[in-house]
Amino acid sequence: MSKFKKKKSGDLPAISTASLPDIVFMLLFFFMVVTVLRDSNLLVMQRLPKGDQVEKLQKDRSVFIFAGKPGPGYEKYGKEAKIQIGDKYMDVGNIKFALEEYRRKLRPELQDKIMIALKVDGETNTGLVSDIKQELREQNLLKLIYITTPGNALESY
Amino acid sequence: MGRRATPEVNAGSMADIAFLLLIFFLVTTTIEKDKGIARQLPPPIEEELDVVIKQKNLFIVNVNKNDQLLVEDELMELKDLRQAAIDFLDNGGAPAGSPEYCNYCKGKRSPESSDNPQKAVIAVQNDRLTSYEMYISVQNELVAAYNTLRNRESQRLFGWDFTEMKKGIDEGQITGERQELIEEQLKQVQDLIPLKLSEAEPRKSGK
Repeated sequence: MSKFKKKKSGDLPAISTASLPDIVFMLLFFFMVVTVLRDSNLLVMQRLPKGDQVEKLQKDRSVFIFAGKPGPGYEKYGKEAKIQIGDKYMDVGNIKFALEEYRRKLRPELQDKIMIALKVDGETNTGLVSDIKQELREQNLLKLIYITTPGNALESY
Repeated sequence: MGRRATPEVNAGSMADIAFLLLIFFLVTTTIEKDKGIARQLPPPIEEELDVVIKQKNLFIVNVNKNDQLLVEDELMELKDLRQAAIDFLDNGGAPAGSPEYCNYCKGKRSPESSDNPQKAVIAVQNDRLTSYEMYISVQNELVAAYNTLRNRESQRLFGWDFTEMKKGIDEGQITGERQELIEEQLKQVQDLIPLKLSEAEPRKSGK
């Protein structure tokens, strides 16, 4: 009557799962780092003006245009307001090529409903914005939305 | 020798994996909160159209390079702009009996101001050096004026707020037959108070 049976020699040992959390952690960290990087790659200042008469941005059909002074870390590009589309600074004349490229990336049924989302820093001159708008008109991209931050416009004056 | 029994994979860490995935998605999904003032640009002009608008149907908002407002040749604070625009749009100056008479206007009916909301045009003129912040504030106030009047009219006709219903449709909360009905009614209100905001080319600064 032995209490301790002898192990059958044929059994495989259980697979060790001790390293699984480490692997998942590694993946988690990898993705966290990667996603954060792309999000913060703004080259321009973005202190958006306030507005309360707003509509929601439909993200599936919009292309962003950023504008403003070169942001923190990019002071070497001067103090004049610049336009940014994607990851690069753009001239007003090059907007149309960039926008066309981004328009093609949208889902085909939404390409005609494209909306241009203007994210422009509050201290920018209106002249730059109207240059952009003039260019958009010539490209027949007529729907646009000025992105604002929630708040009352009257408070700052 | 018979078949060997397969050892069970330890599932004790499953919970941890699930937690990690949860945290991962919590961290990466940014809740989309971008909102803004939507605007339709006029199509590119092939030929200059000469549209004559009567002086009284035109509400001119001028912003200079120091972000000061000149409304109908008078200096104005930003906070008064909304009411001034409402008064102008809602004036209904066309005399009773004429085809242009506005029967839902509640304004002063001054013959000096706009005939009816369909005729009334707000023209904004900026300087190239006006700050974007001021530009958006002015646009915001003017859109607010239109929204106030549209809400009033939709309350009167259908008993709900124009902006609320529009939001409901945009966010997909109203669907099916009801959506069609509401869109029809929204259009009715839009026809009563059409958004006629004109923007002139900004002037070169005098500097």
